[in-house]
Amino acid sequence: MTMPLSPNPSRLAGMTGRAALIAALVVIAAAGVPLVLSNYQVGLATEVMIFGILAMSVDILAGFAGRTSLGHGAIFGVSTYVVVYSTAQAGFSPATAFVLGVLAATAVASVFALLAVRTSGVYFLLLTLALGMIIWGICLRWTQVTGGENGMRGDVRPAMLLSHSAFYWAVLAGAAVVSFAMWRFVRSPFGLTLRGIRDSESRMRSLGYNVPLHLFIGFTVSGFFAGVAGALYAMFNNFVSPSTVALAQSVECVLMMIAGGVGTLFGAFIGSAAIIALENVVSSYTERWQMVLGITFVLIMIFAPEGIIGKLRAILSRKVR
Amino acid sequence: MSLFQLLNGLTFAALLFVVASGFTLIFGLLRIVNLAHGALYLFGGYIGYTVATRTGSFVLGGVGAMAAVAAIGFVLDQGLLRFVRGNELRQVLLTLGVAFFLNDLALVIWGGDSFTVPIPQLLRGGIKVFGTFYPTYRLFVLVTGVVVFAALWLLLNHTRLGALIRAGVDDAEMVEASGVNIQRIFLITFLLGSALAGLGGLMGGAFLSLYPSADAEILVFSLAVVVIGGRGSLVGIGVGSLLVGLLNTLGQVMFPELAYFVIFGPMAVLLAFRPLGLFGRAT
Repeated sequence: MTMPLSPNPSRLAGMTGRAALIAALVVIAAAGVPLVLSNYQVGLATEVMIFGILAMSVDILAGFAGRTSLGHGAIFGVSTYVVVYSTAQAGFSPATAFVLGVLAATAVASVFALLAVRTSGVYFLLLTLALGMIIWGICLRWTQVTGGENGMRGDVRPAMLLSHSAFYWAVLAGAAVVSFAMWRFVRSPFGLTLRGIRDSESRMRSLGYNVPLHLFIGFTVSGFFAGVAGALYAMFNNFVSPSTVALAQSVECVLMMIAGGVGTLFGAFIGSAAIIALENVVSSYTERWQMVLGITFVLIMIFAPEGIIGKLRAILSRKVR
Repeated sequence: MSLFQLLNGLTFAALLFVVASGFTLIFGLLRIVNLAHGALYLFGGYIGYTVATRTGSFVLGGVGAMAAVAAIGFVLDQGLLRFVRGNELRQVLLTLGVAFFLNDLALVIWGGDSFTVPIPQLLRGGIKVFGTFYPTYRLFVLVTGVVVFAALWLLLNHTRLGALIRAGVDDAEMVEASGVNIQRIFLITFLLGSALAGLGGLMGGAFLSLYPSADAEILVFSLAVVVIGGRGSLVGIGVGSLLVGLLNTLGQVMFPELAYFVIFGPMAVLLAFRPLGLFGRAT
């Protein structure tokens, strides 16, 4: 996982020429999707990108700082709640609501971070899980504001993005920008420090790095991106309910991240596509999606903890030999 | 807070102690954070309910719940967790997957209605405690919590098995090196911890009732207890249960909509000063 650090003169915004070309081709190919697929499928593709962003934000912490968060579904959902509330109840414009949602998620993430940076390993997992459950409990019980179990409905999407393909393109543009930003973030000196903390916290501390501060900033930045995903999801769904902030949401995005490969960043989109495709196939046969999700989780943990791509690569290389 | 509410808090704390002690036994010795513990509680409750209504015996319901949940624990430990031994993160996430599976399975078997385990005739009605009329059953829960605490304390401090468990918490390799089959100790502990979740399910099912999201709720309370009390400490779990039980009741009385805050606010503050909990030790 070492990245070349020597400055390369033929770089475009930090990318090598080849990487920039690949990125451009992927975005162009993705932009053609609405031209060939049905509205329903375009909706699914939009969802894949939104959850891909969320899974990437989890990967910033899990893959690069060695801290797996089970509270990101809640951070994501806070943004969704705020966006829906501020358009439907408070009467803000979609753009203002979007900003407010992302800010709220970032604020919640920074509170989570303050408490969680002192812990690591399983304790980090437990603490973020418990914090996420608090958010869920509040959304469920604070009926006057959140609508309780029934949730809230609101026309969040701006008028110009009402059609499926227009919204798809907007999300695609957003996903491209956000992916680039996250990629730059994990490759920055700051990102390298996070990686150092992942590999050896004590070494980084003795080198004079302020480990808690780095983790705090890393968590908050990760929460910011989760907030972007949450705000997009509000516009996608025009609806929010406690299930958006529930543990299942956090678990699903962690599963997407793991399925795509921890520390691969862009693998998140593949994991997201795999899980959402699975969910749709399963849901057309049975209502037992949660059961299948649980089984998938167990199977991946036992057989492919390195992710689907890593597993396939391992199988292929075995066959070649 | 009136005496009635105080007793409510204490009885809830007793239930939490039974559930969380099983959780911390497994966590302390095996280093497994069993996030399926809440689902085991729910299964214990449902199975206890089914057995108790079919046979008409609360005791049989308790035995059935504990045995069945211990059996689920056996499958979980020997059938699944053995593949991910030694990797904490994979263990936790695997138990989470199992929790989802079990929760949905319970929905398939028992449906989404809420059930209340029938209370035996002997424990129905109420008795006067310091001038307040209080449900007998909840006092029974309180007594059971104290009995379980005493039994676990005796087991851990005055039996050979307990000595081995405590030694295993401190240094499992060393215990194994001195000729003890530590794997068997691990398994017994896992079964015991699971059975406690089952017992908790039956006890809680009789006064909190059982419904599809009850497992997540009890799990979060157990997590709070363990985080406050510290890993693997029986006294810590006792103190943690009391704190969480009383704070929860206080929160429900004073700020019903934000009751969660009242528990988790202090927990967060505590963590900031003592990351390992009140009675936790660094390993």
